[in-house]
Amino acid sequence: MLLRHTTSNVKERKALTVNPAKTCQPVGAMYAALGVHGCLPHSHGSQGCCSYHRSALTRHYKEPVMAATSSFTEGSSVFGGQANLLQAIDNIFTIYEPDIIAVHSTCLSETIGDDLGQIVKKALDDGKIPEGKHVVQASTPSYVGSHVTGYANMLEAFVKYFAYNTEEKIRQVNLLSGWVEPSDMRELKRIAGLMDIKTVLLPDTSDVLDTPMTGEYKMYPKGGTTVEEIASMGNSMKTVAMGEWGAKSAAVMLDNKCKVPFSLTEVPIGLKATDRFIQELSLAGKISIPEVITEERGRLVDVITDMHQYLYGKRVALFGDPDTLIPLTEFLVDLDMKPVYIVSGTPGKVFDKRMAAILDEKVPEAKYKNGPQADMFLIHQWIKEEPVDLLIGNTYGKYISRDEGIPFVRMGFPILDRIGHSYFPTVGYQGAIRILEKMLGVIMDQQDATAPEESFELVM
Amino acid sequence: MPNKKNYINGLPDPSEFKEEMLKKYPRKVAKKRDKAMIINDPAEGQEILANVRTIPGIITQRGCTYAGCKGVVLGPTRDIINLVHGPIGCSFYAWLTRRNQTRAEEGDPNFMTYAFSTDMQDENIVFGGEEKLKNAIREAFEIFNPSSIGIFSTCPVGLIGDDVHSVAREMKAELGINIFGFSCEGYRGVSQSAGHHIANNGIFKHVVGNTDRPRTGKFQVNLLGEYNIGGDAFEIERIFEECGLTLLSTYSGNSTVESFAYSHTADLNMVMCHRSINYIAEMMEEKYGIPWIKVNFIGADATAKTLRKIADYFGDKELSAKVEEVIARESAKVKAVADLVKPKVQGKLAMMFVGGSRAHHYQELFTELGVRVVSAGYEFAHRDDYEGREVIPTIKIDADTRNIEDLIVSKDDANYRDDLVAKKAKLEESGYEFRDYKGMMPDMSKNSLVIDDVNHWETEKLIEFYKPDIFCAGIKEKYVVQKYGIPLKQLHSYDYGGPYAAFGGAINFYKEMERMLGTDIWKLVDAPWKHEPEIVGSVTYDS
Repeated sequence: MLLRHTTSNVKERKALTVNPAKTCQPVGAMYAALGVHGCLPHSHGSQGCCSYHRSALTRHYKEPVMAATSSFTEGSSVFGGQANLLQAIDNIFTIYEPDIIAVHSTCLSETIGDDLGQIVKKALDDGKIPEGKHVVQASTPSYVGSHVTGYANMLEAFVKYFAYNTEEKIRQVNLLSGWVEPSDMRELKRIAGLMDIKTVLLPDTSDVLDTPMTGEYKMYPKGGTTVEEIASMGNSMKTVAMGEWGAKSAAVMLDNKCKVPFSLTEVPIGLKATDRFIQELSLAGKISIPEVITEERGRLVDVITDMHQYLYGKRVALFGDPDTLIPLTEFLVDLDMKPVYIVSGTPGKVFDKRMAAILDEKVPEAKYKNGPQADMFLIHQWIKEEPVDLLIGNTYGKYISRDEGIPFVRMGFPILDRIGHSYFPTVGYQGAIRILEKMLGVIMDQQDATAPEESFELVM
Repeated sequence: MPNKKNYINGLPDPSEFKEEMLKKYPRKVAKKRDKAMIINDPAEGQEILANVRTIPGIITQRGCTYAGCKGVVLGPTRDIINLVHGPIGCSFYAWLTRRNQTRAEEGDPNFMTYAFSTDMQDENIVFGGEEKLKNAIREAFEIFNPSSIGIFSTCPVGLIGDDVHSVAREMKAELGINIFGFSCEGYRGVSQSAGHHIANNGIFKHVVGNTDRPRTGKFQVNLLGEYNIGGDAFEIERIFEECGLTLLSTYSGNSTVESFAYSHTADLNMVMCHRSINYIAEMMEEKYGIPWIKVNFIGADATAKTLRKIADYFGDKELSAKVEEVIARESAKVKAVADLVKPKVQGKLAMMFVGGSRAHHYQELFTELGVRVVSAGYEFAHRDDYEGREVIPTIKIDADTRNIEDLIVSKDDANYRDDLVAKKAKLEESGYEFRDYKGMMPDMSKNSLVIDDVNHWETEKLIEFYKPDIFCAGIKEKYVVQKYGIPLKQLHSYDYGGPYAAFGGAINFYKEMERMLGTDIWKLVDAPWKHEPEIVGSVTYDS
């Protein structure tokens, strides 16, 4: 057994986290910064963090992931990291020539109390930031929230730094999404295109973390939201923010700073969340919903009704990030599946409220938990108490899947052992069909592998 | 731009290229990087700048002290709970990401698939995390019932003043199992290297010598600095068994804490990765009189040489005969594959920038295939790994490394092996070399370019200049290099293959080189219409 020490006997833990269902803030900030064109993420801390975060993203995308670091030593940890960051800014602009350096912090620089704003200001005063170049900074202490919090903090910083309301209203809608894949970013833009609504998506990691092989390496790929686009967000008609954890704070910042109103919806995963997203988009863009969208929706519902018998009543365990878990759980309930165990390491009160609304009536036996000690050890223990038919989560779920013989669908971050997530979306109606395809694939593979020979089916 | 076809008569002098690389840097940076890049001349004793602080913003490959301590040295040990005291990231990123394989019998403890963390929150930073750490230890003990727990400090721990060592002592007394701490905060030292040293000290202080056990074989050995990536140690274990050597303990691939505890009863220590484990080798010699030799199991020739060296140490006819028998049998299998692969790959150019030992070890494998290494370097090795241990007395410890403790070790009178000391003295007279490592640079060609702590800019320029056929490095470099249309072999993770050690490993590596250097896949990069004229015309509707 891979996880041989995990037993069904759940003991309440207050201090020990085992097999976390989250990671720390800076990797989210790094991911968000990669979604801005010409931007080099910079980690203000000791260099181990930066290497780990780059490696995690690289393993997930099988793509180059660039970032620099302040490379703290013991001396800078005692006297502060100002000299390191100033030197780094100078070196980065001289050697790597980005348009923007997006600085985030770590538990080290946060604990010693480095004031990023003050250091960046000093870099500017000292002439270390060349004309037309930018240094943006976000505070991302690893001991608060999770990687999703870091993503949100960096988005907020971009908006705070670049967006301005110049009183020139632009007929466009801002799209801020929670942490989704480049494929999802592409899909969000495609949907907006189908609806003929001009949008600015921030961040946009498509064409950054899914670049083609050309025989030439580009340190700053063609993708990413441009500075001009971020600036223009201050003049947009409305912001559609997808996700309480990943997108809301940037939307609030845009509202406060530039008076762009926002509507908060969920990441459009599954049927109803996509319905709501489409409706929000139509309201925000003041454009009626075109027939092709209704047709896409109809194809999804068609697949659901065709395949209902394989989904009905299936018990599902899932773990991941709250912005994606909530709409996914709702989708599973709509499919008449039973999402019985749900954990997220990311804290936040909205989680319980939304899960209760989705589950309490339809799946009263469901257990869900987020925040400290809501980890993969706990969900595995729950599964040991009473098994499930399907597991959905990031690659670390494969250990539980193998030990317990549970069909397993990979979704979330990180996916280290399969491809697909960066090329095929899970958002929108198309994405929902892909989620269905993946779930049905593993459920039917298991039926094929375990059915007695006489009831081995040709047609399913 | 050199023409690589001309490399038959030796490598071109890269002086001009080096100047070009340095030109881009601010003056102070250029000065420092200049000393970290050596145009190699094995006939000269050249000095390289290594193990110094990383230049901020340079885009280094390096990681931190915690990674060196928890990730590298203690991570592969299966029966210890490695509890990370810090926010969640450090624990998460070191969770199963290094491919240290382990074989635990059914019913034996194996915690390697788990990540344990105190998951510090802001209130722990403000009010201190010692109470949470104690509770986490109690919970881990209650749920998992381990025989030992190691506590690993991360960046904020040292800053807020949590004393993991006193917590360890207190919990050890309370729970009655072995509990010990490591001050491996990420900011200590300048790289993973400090973490190796801290891990060596911790294991030596808290584990080595804790249990005795009766001899189990005639030739008892320890293998130090072999982490069983992709099953390397399994392949070495197989060879040892066939030769009749008893492997007491491996530091730390496929290892248990229990095996470290009796490793002081070995007759010989063999050092594979010099950088990460030479400290324990030295300390064990001082305390127990166990001599150590440098070994290399990467490459078939290197493996044969190493096995003979081990046999010579024991001076036993039966063992020597067995070793020769194994070498003969295995070499024949290796040669059969080499004969097929070598003609397809010889003359190709390789470069490698890996950790602290593989950039040297893997040159053996390339040499066996006739592949030329034009440039190589380490992330975090010290001068002795580049230039040889003879330079150790001249190495100046700078301010960034000064706070890494050097343990004061004294002779253990009860367990000291006078017999081994006498044996060593006798063998040395006949020219046998102990505690000797000559480093990477003497093994590299004249005019090859040796670079310490290579960064992204230099990587790009190296590719442009040398146009290598294969680049060896890690995951962060892999896809950068491949975008250029050049295959990258990961020599940390082996790209999820392996083993590459010893004879079976050499065969795997040759085949992998055949695949990577022989494929036409890179020729598919350009679309056919890039080089052919596009069809002019259009399809139109007649309406």
